[in-house]
Amino acid sequence: MSDAGRALRSELGRVRGLGSAKEGVQHWWMQRLTAVALVPLLLWFVVAVVAHTGDDYAAVHGWLASPVTLGLMILLVAAAFQHAQLGLQVVIEDYIHGEGPKIALILLVKFASLLLGLAAVIALLVIAFGR
Amino acid sequence: MPSHERPLSPHLQIYRWQITSVLSILHRGTGVALAVGTLLLVYWLIAAAAGPDSFAAAQGLIGSIFGRVLLLGWTWALFYHLCNGIRHLFWDAGRGFELKTAYASGWTVVGASFALTLAAWIAGYMVRGGA
Repeated sequence: MSDAGRALRSELGRVRGLGSAKEGVQHWWMQRLTAVALVPLLLWFVVAVVAHTGDDYAAVHGWLASPVTLGLMILLVAAAFQHAQLGLQVVIEDYIHGEGPKIALILLVKFASLLLGLAAVIALLVIAFGR
Repeated sequence: MPSHERPLSPHLQIYRWQITSVLSILHRGTGVALAVGTLLLVYWLIAAAAGPDSFAAAQGLIGSIFGRVLLLGWTWALFYHLCNGIRHLFWDAGRGFELKTAYASGWTVVGASFALTLAAWIAGYMVRGGA
């Protein structure tokens, strides 16, 4: 922007920094934010699942129902599905070139991620608080 | 379609395989695989919420040979995507772009992904106490 007088982008547009997709670095940032969150959450999850290998229903149910597990699992599910749908969106945008199928697939991925994440959270709440 | 010959960039298949590009596409591949794998997690949580019988059915499915092979694959995909994701976060911070560093971090990720997968499964079988 050394020659601001000749730039085609308006001053307001430049300051807003949202670009042609009107979302700026939001997608990129959320992908990194959820990635950083998932590092400790997944390490915890793998260690916990390994520790409960072969446990019976009562033991697994009791572990999942504890408040700490419930909280960490909700965070894990939320971060994982947000991360997954952002990543799948990029893959679809890169490889599906027809505008119709591309938008249809992106919508499918976003709705499916939301529904699956919601289903997981409801299951976790049912485990913790009963029906 | 262009009516006359234009120069094309070399097709993907004539390139020599390099660890950097192989790991890059593996990051996408494992990401997509893990997104599909969330179906298993959601199914397992719903089964645990639904009661002992459906939980036993889910455990039976996951514990079968087919289930274990899938779970082994997903374990490696998870650790690979996790380790390579951390490699990506370093790149996002502007570090590790030198070719030598990128190759070294790549091989580290490959080694770590297999080592962590092996460690998790050995620990799982030890917790379970035999096959």
